[in-house]
Amino acid sequence: MKLTRRQTMASLAGLGVAPMLGLRPKKALASGAPVKIGYAISLTGPNAGGAGTTILPNYHLWVHEMREKGGILVNGERHPIEVIEYDDRSNSEEAVRAVERLINQDGVDILLAPWGTAMNLAVGPLFDRNGFIQATSTAITDRAPDLIQRWPGFFPLSGTAASWATPVVELMNEAREAGHIDDDVAMISVADAFGIDLAGAARRAFGEYGFNLVYDRTYPVGTQDFSSILAEIRNVKAFASFSYPPDTVAITDNAQLHDFNPNVMYVGIGGAFPMFTDRFGESVDTVLTHGGLNMADERTRDYLARHEEVTGRRADSAGSIVMYAALQAMEQAIERTGTLDNSVIAEEMKTGTFDTALGEISLASQMMPDIFKVGQIRDGYVVGLGPQDVPGRGEFIMPKQPWPAR
Amino acid sequence: MFLYALLSGLTLGGVYALVALGLTIQYGVSRTLNLGYGEFLIGAAFAVFVMFGTFGISPYLLAIVVLPGAFALSWLVYRVMLMPIVRRARSPMALEIDSLLLTFGLLFAIMGIMLLMFGSNYTNYSYLSVPVRVMDATVALNRLISFGVAVVVGIIAYILLMHTRTGMALRAVSVDPVGARLVGIDVNWAAGLAFGLGGAIAAMGGILISTYMTFTAEMGVIFTMKALIVVIMAGVGHVVGALVAGLVLGLIEAFVAAYLDPGLTVAVIYAVFLLTLIIRPQGIFGRVAR
Amino acid sequence: MISRSPTPYVGILAVAGTLALLPLYASSYQLAFAIGLLNFAVLATAWGLFSGPTRYVSLASVVFFGIGSYTVAIVGEVMPWPAVLLVAALIGGAVALVVGLATLRLAGIYFVIFTFGLSEMVRQLVTWYEVNVTLSIGRYIFLDITQTQIFWQLLALLAIVMLGAVALQRSRLGFALRVIGGDETMARHFGLNPTFAKLALFVASSMIMALAGAIMAPRWTYIDPAIAFNITLSFQVVIMALLGGMHRIYGPMLGAILMTFLFEALSNHFPQAFSLMLGLVFIVIVYLLPNGIVGRLEEGLARTRRKPATASAKVGERT
Repeated sequence: MKLTRRQTMASLAGLGVAPMLGLRPKKALASGAPVKIGYAISLTGPNAGGAGTTILPNYHLWVHEMREKGGILVNGERHPIEVIEYDDRSNSEEAVRAVERLINQDGVDILLAPWGTAMNLAVGPLFDRNGFIQATSTAITDRAPDLIQRWPGFFPLSGTAASWATPVVELMNEAREAGHIDDDVAMISVADAFGIDLAGAARRAFGEYGFNLVYDRTYPVGTQDFSSILAEIRNVKAFASFSYPPDTVAITDNAQLHDFNPNVMYVGIGGAFPMFTDRFGESVDTVLTHGGLNMADERTRDYLARHEEVTGRRADSAGSIVMYAALQAMEQAIERTGTLDNSVIAEEMKTGTFDTALGEISLASQMMPDIFKVGQIRDGYVVGLGPQDVPGRGEFIMPKQPWPAR
Repeated sequence: MFLYALLSGLTLGGVYALVALGLTIQYGVSRTLNLGYGEFLIGAAFAVFVMFGTFGISPYLLAIVVLPGAFALSWLVYRVMLMPIVRRARSPMALEIDSLLLTFGLLFAIMGIMLLMFGSNYTNYSYLSVPVRVMDATVALNRLISFGVAVVVGIIAYILLMHTRTGMALRAVSVDPVGARLVGIDVNWAAGLAFGLGGAIAAMGGILISTYMTFTAEMGVIFTMKALIVVIMAGVGHVVGALVAGLVLGLIEAFVAAYLDPGLTVAVIYAVFLLTLIIRPQGIFGRVAR
Repeated sequence: MISRSPTPYVGILAVAGTLALLPLYASSYQLAFAIGLLNFAVLATAWGLFSGPTRYVSLASVVFFGIGSYTVAIVGEVMPWPAVLLVAALIGGAVALVVGLATLRLAGIYFVIFTFGLSEMVRQLVTWYEVNVTLSIGRYIFLDITQTQIFWQLLALLAIVMLGAVALQRSRLGFALRVIGGDETMARHFGLNPTFAKLALFVASSMIMALAGAIMAPRWTYIDPAIAFNITLSFQVVIMALLGGMHRIYGPMLGAILMTFLFEALSNHFPQAFSLMLGLVFIVIVYLLPNGIVGRLEEGLARTRRKPATASAKVGERT
């Protein structure tokens, strides 16, 4: 078994050497040679809706902007960019194989991460073994701190489930102090990774804040009729659903239909998607959902405008800007270090600060600091509200405006 | 609570029954299982989504255009794609396997076209999502209409099959293809007609569902399998059986969600299905000897 | 005609032995591809082992595959690896026994859809259990098992399955099974117990699938019910086996090889139009290969051998 120079260095650096096979030695980038950027992401299958909304447009936008500047700046020279895109078909095994192909057959210089917790964890060991940076805004896992230890190039930007659920409970607490709701809260969750992990974290947080969970049920993926559930919780004033996009739409539609009007209402994934506000328009203003933006910040507004201009669609208000900011940080780290050696770039990403769409950021924790994880829908976007210490917090409008009559 | 569950179950079950009805006609008469069945449903959903968005015509009115289209396409699928393998099949088993493989290809081909045209994003629009009071519960008008249409289509199909010459011919082929040929029924004509009817019914289901459900280009197979469950549970080719079984499954789903645990709805549906087959291997209404 | 020649056994061992050297030369991507291929070859062969002689089309492959994967996720870190594999196979076998007893009297399409329903129900029940009992849906698998080790395990499993299949075909039971495939009543007249034979095969085939699931699980780091019990896998296995041809032991394996290459070629060259291309290729294959790959091969062989005779030789008809 032969060790390449980079691996030897890595092992000297105390990172440990995993048994490796077929690792290509890092070649020096010739002048004018293209830089290969590759990724395998869910173009089809159940993950495609999320991937196509949150991640893929940002990869396109990032590449587009670098190309506009004449290429990616490495060692003082702009190199053209070659993009290789595969479809993992929402399947872990496909993802593993496609990433192997990108690394070994296509010899990419930069690997971008797939969409979702499961896919990212499936390819995590591969990224790590081959020394690639894996920055993703769509993997939410309680093992994030542990994984960072295990995989030094892993940037789980979105952090843990608790960091998403607790701010929701904090907002409910705020609403309770303002007298809009009482101790009773109803919660439903989809029986899949996001729903269960967030509901679990929320359950604990509700307990800590002295809330009383009067309804706490999980429904299978694909459920589209929530009328019986809503009938049961008619009189509850605070409601949270940790749901997936199709159910988020159905829950909101059912709530409007049955005139279920809690004073505080949180909906899960999909609420921050353009598809949601396109469908419901102003009627969902003041509904709480995941993510959130600092709309007062010019850089955020500029990002939103660029996104729409280049990709032809509006950005979502959650993972999009986070993903894009991380790509910007990576680009700047490449410029500063003048190399495509991922371990050097990763080191710079962890130590430097970067000027991005999210402002001046540091990725020392390998997670994205100061991002909103809950916000309130207003005029087609989500205004960031929590966690409370994130700068640029918007105004929390209580109670939720009543649904318009149908 | 009870009323909500009942309404929810009937509207859900109505659609299950309708979708199963189309499949049981196709499968019962032609003896070829069409795995691409659900794609016709989703295809129709996308068709009305696009046309409703462009022209603003009511999705229900668009059925006038979509249903004949689906009929013609399904008919063509049978005549062009399936007839050659029906002709070359030397045994029912060979036909079963070939049609399974072929329609599996059809499933992917149609899905692939829809993916290229519409991407794999979540698609939905809102039509007639207005509350209607039924005693002391509310139900969405679009769901109520879809139940009504399911009932009407079910009755029409029943009358056509039971009380017309054409219907009798279809039933004859379904029961005994060889015998039917002997009494002068063109079996291929009957199978093509059944395919067309089934495709049109699937498209009707797609139109109804699209008014209140979020769908994607890849959801067709979910409906195919759900319909198959109902068809098999009732017994292949049994029209009334499919309608009843569809309604019952919808009701079970709604009542489990309301009184037991929403998390168990799908599990209970399949448990009921599995138990039914263990007790009655030919389906509830199925004939013992085939 | 029952042959006692050792040639097939030696052949299988020789091929497996040669292939075992592959990790020394192949790139990591090629190895990943080979693992995918071997996985499907094992699953399709195991499927054919039961479905070939009995003519039952089972969509339950993923139930057993998923059981294997979940076993690893649950006991992988507390038991030595061989014990984990053993437990996976035993659980898979036990479930198959119960399922088999309940279902083998179903016929044709009723069995097909039953097995489909079974896999959906198992997925829902596992989900419900994780949600309500363990309160967390995903499970993490951090085991130090390398790609090469997975490759070797799958290769060994495939070799064992092939050896077993050849031995079975030459045995009394194998003969009995061929009779059942043709006519169950006849089998009874000959004093064979068709139910026992079918059940034994179903259990054996399921244990192999559970083993494959267990061997593959460490590749994904994270599993949840949607990953482990993804019904697409069952469909793929059936399609591969049917395309390969069911009346020869090596048919399903050939189908798996062809389809894995096809899948890979399509997803590399048509990432956007994968589904459409797959569908079209499929339709063409069904028209061109009426009796599966094996059927076509044998037809071709027969034709070259008996050139002067009439071309009416029809070998390997799918009945």
